[in-house]
Amino acid sequence: MKPAPFDYRRPGTLAEAVAALAGEPNAKVLAGGQSLVPLLSMRLAAPAMLVDINGLPGLDTINVEEGGVRVGALARHAAVLASPDVRRVQPLVSLALANVAHATIRNRGTTVGSLVHADAAAEMPVVLTLLGGSLDVEGPAGRRTIPAGELFVGPLESSVHHDEIAVSAFFPALADGAGVAFEEIARRHGDYALVGAAALVDGDSVKVGYLSVSDVPTVVDLSGVPLDEMGEAALEHLEPAGDIHATADYRAQLVRVLTTRVVRSAYDHAEGRA
Amino acid sequence: MTEELHDVRLTVNGSAYEIRVPARRLLSDALRHDLGLTGTHVGCEHGVCGACTILVDGSPMRSCLMVAVSAVDHEITTVEGLANPDGSLGAVQQAFVECHGLQCGFCTPGFLTTITAGLRENPTPTHEEARDMIAGNLCRCTGYQNIVKAVERAAEIGAGG
Repeated sequence: MKPAPFDYRRPGTLAEAVAALAGEPNAKVLAGGQSLVPLLSMRLAAPAMLVDINGLPGLDTINVEEGGVRVGALARHAAVLASPDVRRVQPLVSLALANVAHATIRNRGTTVGSLVHADAAAEMPVVLTLLGGSLDVEGPAGRRTIPAGELFVGPLESSVHHDEIAVSAFFPALADGAGVAFEEIARRHGDYALVGAAALVDGDSVKVGYLSVSDVPTVVDLSGVPLDEMGEAALEHLEPAGDIHATADYRAQLVRVLTTRVVRSAYDHAEGRA
Repeated sequence: MTEELHDVRLTVNGSAYEIRVPARRLLSDALRHDLGLTGTHVGCEHGVCGACTILVDGSPMRSCLMVAVSAVDHEITTVEGLANPDGSLGAVQQAFVECHGLQCGFCTPGFLTTITAGLRENPTPTHEEARDMIAGNLCRCTGYQNIVKAVERAAEIGAGG
């Protein structure tokens, strides 16, 4: 339960950090470390180098921009969750963050780090996908923007290149008249969800994003489907699997239950804002 | 293979320490082995149990989920830093004694640090908030009832300042 040896760099500028990554193909970026350090300790990951970005200036920002809110790479979950701007501009981010692990983990873990970690059992990748957000990354060739739909390519695999550093995530604002909701079921509060669902409704448009029922965050368009048939319709796009925490059948049942619940709740939210 | 060592300056309970450690030294191990501050306990060592919880700039964090080299520039508080300056027990510690909030005591340092920070943020928690405050810490002995009572007792005797 101790990490294998690795080289360590703590650059003072983003350019130095990118250069350090470029010089070692088997390097990993260390931000909050709340997912990475357990992987190191369990030796499921053994990078040759960690590039610690905690010393980089100007990355702990949370800014309201035209059309949404931008979260910097060093903004901790706790700071994003506590931000009144985030709650006002895109409440789904706040609703989901309250379900990310425990407060103690949220104090160190970063929202952008959670996106790059690309865990299909995590809340924030689903939220970014459902909202159609994006991730800005900096690499040797400069900066590029990766749309959420192209970010999550496999289990724990994102399309961020090994020599790129995610610098910020953009969550689009909630449109007037639209509503959102987030629901998940875990064995204990703060544990990984057995199944989670986030909903975005806007008039006749109904979209639900799911976590823990497929290899990558999956959003299903349920527009036009009667409310009591939505769960069944969603299951056609999902692959609930069994593990020590829940059987596949149980997860499928949770999809049925949570879909109805989260869509109803999102409509209530939309009504409340009208 | 000779592992590279890093000079790390840590500020713990108001004192500055200089240590030379490999980059992979977990902060929990640096506190216990390099600084001799064995009050911080190491349970699961992957962020689940909460026994190793310390305060980093006043906020609870898992010391097993940080490497010591990354903990520079922070004020760290361990359970050793929770007593009053005259050596008497701090309010949360006193409440644990009064409410029988521990049996074997292994998880206790993590509860004490977590609750100390929690009551600073919310000095008058409801019963539900008191339960939620400790939701990230595991205890195998007490069944939690007396720990929740200790949170409420600590609030009564002014742990929130």
